[in-house]
Amino acid sequence: MGLDSDLGLRASDLEFQGSPATLLEGRICYALDAKELERLLNNYPAKVKKNRKQHILIKDSERQQIEANTRTIPGIITNRGCAFAGCKGVVLGPIKDMVHIVHGPVGCAFYSWGTRRNKAKAADPKKNFLNYCFSTDMQESDIVFGGEKKLAKMIDEVVEVFKPEAITISATCPVGLIGDDLSAVAKAAEQKHGVKVLSFNCEGYKGVSQSAGHHIANNGLMERVIGQGEMNEASAKYAINILGEYNIGGDGWEIERVLDEIGYHVIAVMTGDGSYEELKNAHVAELNLVQCHRSINYIAGMLETKYGTPWLKVNFIGIQNTIDSLRNMALYFGDEALINKTEEVIAREAARIEPVMEQYRKMCAGKTAFCFVGGSRGHHYQGLFAELGIETVLAGYEFAHRDDYEGREVLPGIKPDADSKNIPELHVSPDEKFFSLKIPAERAEQLKQQIPLSNYRGLIPDMKDGSVIVDDLNHFETEELIRIFKPDIFASGIKDKYVVQKMGIPAKQLHSYDYSGPYAGFNGAVKFAEDVSAAFNTPTWNFITPPWKNKPLLTGTVHNA
Amino acid sequence: MLDCTPQEIKERSGGKINPAKTCQPVGAMYAALGIHNCLPHSHGSQGCCSYHRMHLTRHFRDPIMASTSSFTEGACVFGGGANLKTAIKNVFAIYNPDIMAVHTTCLTETIGDDIPSILSSAEIPPGKLVIHANTPSYVGSHITGFANMTKGMVNYLAESSGEPKREQVNIIPGFLNPGDMREIKRLVRKMGIKLIMFPDTSGVVDSPMTGEYKMYPNGGATVEDIRDSGNSRLTLALGTFASADPANQLERKCKVPALTLKTPIGVKATDELLLALRNKFAREIPAELEEERGQLVDIMTDTHFHFHGKKVGIFGDPDVVIGLTEFVLSLGMQPVHVLTGTPGGAFEREVSAMLQEAGVKGRVKAEGDLFELHQYLKNEPVDLLLGTTYGKYIAKAEDIPLVRIGFPVLDRSVHSYLPVVGYKGAMRIIEMISNALLDRADRDASDEDFELVM
Repeated sequence: MGLDSDLGLRASDLEFQGSPATLLEGRICYALDAKELERLLNNYPAKVKKNRKQHILIKDSERQQIEANTRTIPGIITNRGCAFAGCKGVVLGPIKDMVHIVHGPVGCAFYSWGTRRNKAKAADPKKNFLNYCFSTDMQESDIVFGGEKKLAKMIDEVVEVFKPEAITISATCPVGLIGDDLSAVAKAAEQKHGVKVLSFNCEGYKGVSQSAGHHIANNGLMERVIGQGEMNEASAKYAINILGEYNIGGDGWEIERVLDEIGYHVIAVMTGDGSYEELKNAHVAELNLVQCHRSINYIAGMLETKYGTPWLKVNFIGIQNTIDSLRNMALYFGDEALINKTEEVIAREAARIEPVMEQYRKMCAGKTAFCFVGGSRGHHYQGLFAELGIETVLAGYEFAHRDDYEGREVLPGIKPDADSKNIPELHVSPDEKFFSLKIPAERAEQLKQQIPLSNYRGLIPDMKDGSVIVDDLNHFETEELIRIFKPDIFASGIKDKYVVQKMGIPAKQLHSYDYSGPYAGFNGAVKFAEDVSAAFNTPTWNFITPPWKNKPLLTGTVHNA
Repeated sequence: MLDCTPQEIKERSGGKINPAKTCQPVGAMYAALGIHNCLPHSHGSQGCCSYHRMHLTRHFRDPIMASTSSFTEGACVFGGGANLKTAIKNVFAIYNPDIMAVHTTCLTETIGDDIPSILSSAEIPPGKLVIHANTPSYVGSHITGFANMTKGMVNYLAESSGEPKREQVNIIPGFLNPGDMREIKRLVRKMGIKLIMFPDTSGVVDSPMTGEYKMYPNGGATVEDIRDSGNSRLTLALGTFASADPANQLERKCKVPALTLKTPIGVKATDELLLALRNKFAREIPAELEEERGQLVDIMTDTHFHFHGKKVGIFGDPDVVIGLTEFVLSLGMQPVHVLTGTPGGAFEREVSAMLQEAGVKGRVKAEGDLFELHQYLKNEPVDLLLGTTYGKYIAKAEDIPLVRIGFPVLDRSVHSYLPVVGYKGAMRIIEMISNALLDRADRDASDEDFELVM
């Protein structure tokens, strides 16, 4: 199947001079053209071809539209997960001082227990529940007669042992089907125990991917937690929230190290190392930073409407991206001392790590990468790859929407479909008590010309012409595109990793960082460079072909008679 | 670490805290990978397939391929027939396996999708096969799912030719690593007996690095072999929980006598496996295997003072835990807490009988969780914990060495390649236990008590 085998050749039989994807005047050459893409798609049944064609772009200078956030066709080996994974796994799970109960058969709780590397530390270790996993472990009788009683019992037991301030309940597939009323159970438990109990109807079949679950979690946190605190204003200057930062491998801690030094006052992080106590007062921040746009933009937008706090799209992955983000933040506050301190920290940090980065750059320069991750990282990591001299020739997201590719300007034109309509929209209005415009409207408009204030331009504008953008990349396309591009490194997740490495190509997990990190900020850039260089340079690649392969078994000389 | 866990044990009935089991479908997916050229298919939401592939990949550090019916809300309302039929069509057109093994999920069981009737109207290309197993996540555990999918193989594939049974043995190995499956095959072959092992994930999830990716690696039981299992003289089911059901089904369907043995962990259970083969096939135990056994017993005796009297907590999957319990008893250790997450009174009866025979007072629990195991340990501490990676939180909290055996092991490597079964596997377990205990003794020793020779 595919291009190469049509010709009876394996990619490795073709004579490439170095990498097949080479740069010519800023455009990526060879790789994939429309004709070759068509050949690839021709391997699909007609309906699949028609569908997948809309999810793949070869970047050119024209404005291009990509299909995203639509159903994966059954049978296609996708990397996507479900709404439960997005809700409990991604957004709620990292909140350390809430007990997260999963209502359902045991699996969903089990798989989302400790597998995502969202680190957290609490001053009082009894207020950090992240090493615990709570499942109502529904049995057949619960499916038949309903699971509400068992859930209520579990809440009773959890309150008695763990004494949390707040609890979340996340629904799994059968819960919605049998009609357990989670919000009624939650309400009754709140009255009984005097603790906050939030319920989330994030059954796995909702929406088309994790993304539905992000939205459901955003709504719940906004409705029941954020703004419930007593604070009227922040206790220090430059008060910010960090949204869409999950502290994977300690990313959030590296970002906070830099922000603290510059003088920012972090109110709440959503949600890596986040806490219920902090989230309640998130309304007092003067600015919301948005790292992962996909998973948290709903809260960002609602905070702006309800409390008058704008959000700034940041990207703390990569040195220049970190620097730009810090400068944009300083510009927002517009305080000279802050600007100066920002520049001082940037200068020092950059000078400190540059010589180290240079060493790694020598090992990485001239290589190419595929970067297919999540709903933001497929974009975020391109700058860091580029700083190491690695060109991203293919990128895409697993569960993003069109705005993550094309920018938020396309939002008004996206029509809701049957799947997105199933996810409730939460509409908020200015809060009577806490609403205040954090900066004058005129200044906000002015800033929007300079910085991504309450805006995200998406991935496409940052990619070179000739590069390829694929939404919901699947296993077949992964194999074929690797054969065509022969990238030097493939950044993706655990399900692809060993597929790619079996081909002799290093694979870097950018969901779990291969159990390393942090990769964010200045120190994170160095750690990433170190890990990527090791992946290229490990001597193990040299042993793939046994020394006896292609060698004659017997050698000898012919004597003249 | 785990600072909220109190010592005082109270009865709980609301669910599991830190479960020691997971759901049926992941076991079904793993079993299906043990068929050559097979693509497991998860009939449910995408998340199930994704989670199972993630977990299996992390345990084996090898590609785990499977497809999904990608349910949406509409499919829940109208039934998953259309999704499954589309999936079957696309899987054969795009990924071209010889066989698809469909398992259900809690979603599709709850809405009552009737898989056989969906399959009967699906477009399955000529020469291709689709089998299925019902694996409701709210019954049993991943071990049940493994058994159910293996039973599905029997239901769909095994055939009896009606001729006299042949001199070959079927081995249903249970939910073990490929390294264990290879070792069991080696033992049986050394006995000079032809065998059919199914499922057989060796060569599938421990495939070699060659520079070329094969979506369907060389390993796995072939459909022909599973078909032919109906003509064997005997089926050995290794482990009651994962293997007895399919073996009994094969007996019913093809009149192949089924014999259920323990997972061959340790000297006694390995002896029993070889004895069964010897008796049923009238083959002498070869000198080479007797030598291995002698070496194992030599090691056990020479190092008994490393283990004897030490208290152990064991948890994990029932068949593996039963084998481990028996073996540590053979080493003179005291398994004072033995727990599985999988439901089953048979587990409690079997382990309790072993402890009673050995005169060890221990607590045995089926359908337990790691929260209560931790509480047991707080009340009666142990010197060693044997179990999966999930024990590491307890091990750290209580400062107990943990030896990782079973599924899943997510934080160490090589475990899936090397056996814990057979005499060689027993030696390996001794080495692991020994290293853990002695490393701890070295770490804790004062300078004056620090020994060169131990």
